[in-house]
Amino acid sequence: MQGIQLDLISEARISQMASMEKVRYIIDEVRKGKILVLEKGLNPMEEAKLIEMTMSAIQPDVFSGIEMQSYPSNTDASLLGKLFKKQSNKRLTVIGPANQLKTLKKDRNLISALVSASK
Amino acid sequence: MSMIKRFKLSFSKMFNKLFKKKGACIGIYGPPNAGKTTLSNRILKDWAGSEETMGSVSHIAHETRHAKRRNGITIETNGHTISLDIVDTPGLATKIDFHDFMEQGMSDVESKKRSKEATEGVIEAVKWLDDLDGVILVMDSTENPYTQVNVTVIGNMEARNLPLLIVANKIDLPNADPGVIKEAFPQHPLVPVSALEGVGMDSFYEALAKQFG
Repeated sequence: MQGIQLDLISEARISQMASMEKVRYIIDEVRKGKILVLEKGLNPMEEAKLIEMTMSAIQPDVFSGIEMQSYPSNTDASLLGKLFKKQSNKRLTVIGPANQLKTLKKDRNLISALVSASK
Repeated sequence: MSMIKRFKLSFSKMFNKLFKKKGACIGIYGPPNAGKTTLSNRILKDWAGSEETMGSVSHIAHETRHAKRRNGITIETNGHTISLDIVDTPGLATKIDFHDFMEQGMSDVESKKRSKEATEGVIEAVKWLDDLDGVILVMDSTENPYTQVNVTVIGNMEARNLPLLIVANKIDLPNADPGVIKEAFPQHPLVPVSALEGVGMDSFYEALAKQFG
């Protein structure tokens, strides 16, 4: 059977890794053509690191980068929330090869994506 | 000079060195083609008092491929004067495909060169996040604001506890909807502008002084 491998990664698994390990793991798996769904995504600094390392990995006709989508943070905009600066929760994140994963629609609570078998 | 006078002078110098408020260093971020360089050029046109520009603009993405810094821009608004260093950064992206440049009429060689430079530009923009005092995040009011670039930049500013000002650009276009951006990121101040036409710039400078002054 041919298809695309979809890995649903639990928070327990990803939280055991150091930041660099997470980023390296994601890039390696995505370059193999896998789609990853992280139960609890990366923190913002890790997301920035992932973008940075993805850029270093781009090669013409081999790897054009990643498609990554995570929800905006659930920051509390109320006065109390602003006063106490409650840490925003990490939320589900989907990551895949840019040439195989295309975001169709995204809003605060929905990510709709198309996965293509052809590269 | 008496001992007391010398002491007073050196104390005054030390105090100034320690507490003199330097101009904040503000990065202009956003996805490619949101109008970051157009906004930077508009700021220079309004306050640098010369024909100086931050960079060239183009409809082809990744026209800016190196961060450019302009120090000491003095802005006067509502009786307040602030001095800022502005860094115009290359557009952030998670993918760069040289075929996209070829579709814009560039040759294979040119496209691959631009693609390589664009990846370096994104890396530079990400690294600048560590050295800023705040960010102006430029979004295209005609596009869906829920892009990963916007989510990541906002997340980074929130995690670092640094001030952020969202600029809903391109309001001169008929399908612009800054309200969608406000709805997406209600926790941050937002100013609708057209950097190209110079619309909404007074409100932008007031917000700039409030956020970063």
